Amino acid sequence: MKARVTVTLKAGILDPQGKAIEGALRALGVEGVTSVRQGKVFDIELEGLDRAKAEVVLRQAADKLLANTVIENYRVDVLG
Amino acid sequence: MKAAVLVFPGINRERDMARALTLISGREPAMIWHAQRELPSGTDLVVIPGGFSYGDYLRCGAIAARSPVMDAVRRHAARGGLVLGVCNGFQILCEAGLLPGVLMRNGNLRFICRDVFLRVERSDTPFTRGYNAGQVIRVPIAHGEGNYVADDATIARLEEEGRVIFRYVSPAGETDPAWNHNGAVNAIAGIINERGNVLGMMPHPENHVEEALGCTDGRGLFAGLVDYLAKAA
Repeated sequence: MKARVTVTLKAGILDPQGKAIEGALRALGVEGVTSVRQGKVFDIELEGLDRAKAEVVLRQAADKLLANTVIENYRVDVLG
Repeated sequence: MKAAVLVFPGINRERDMARALTLISGREPAMIWHAQRELPSGTDLVVIPGGFSYGDYLRCGAIAARSPVMDAVRRHAARGGLVLGVCNGFQILCEAGLLPGVLMRNGNLRFICRDVFLRVERSDTPFTRGYNAGQVIRVPIAHGEGNYVADDATIARLEEEGRVIFRYVSPAGETDPAWNHNGAVNAIAGIINERGNVLGMMPHPENHVEEALGCTDGRGLFAGLVDYLAKAA
């Protein structure tokens, strides 16, 4: 079973890296970009779990390690 | 003073820290590998030094904060034992939940390596009794992620409870955005936990303890700890 955990910065948390990327996109002439926020994607493979259990396990993984919930939100997608 | 310095893969300031502790306390600290589950019995002070534990993978300090030795550090802190985290050590303490908030990428996106001026906000902690409140000290910083951030309620609480212990200031001791090098909220350079026995700070007091290096402003922190523990004994 494949799954993806996406970690993003909470609203209101300054993201200097995202700002730098945003500036670089403007400098490259990429049009229409008004904001960039950088996040992380974890592609995870699991075995021996049903879908519901996989979601529980991945939420634990995100809470315990993958995300720092002081500054980050996360989303779990079990891709099947 | 019986000190224990934690050693994680990728840490690189543990010998500076051990040298400062030995010089000022007269006793060599125990060096504790991250896989150990116990601290030496009778440990007074646990020091988490600076460096780049686990190559700063995932988030600075995130992996180290979840290593076996940290459970022993949690028990030590719960008993009232002293814990000092410097630089990566501060990041690890935040990731471990022993201190609130998080250290983000510096506001200017650069790794900053320079001397800074800190105002010691309180002298009535075990870590700062070697200084006077309001005293300005000069110590180095060397970090890419030292920009202290926490939610508004946490910052308000830290300020109300007097838990901001060090602040980046001008040489004259004034807060000034130009001297808040990494962009930290309220120019916060170091904080203490609610109980007052766990301190985290980004600057490196251990690097300013010898005349040969041109400044001894960091000595007060270690001398204060030695004095505190001698009186507590």
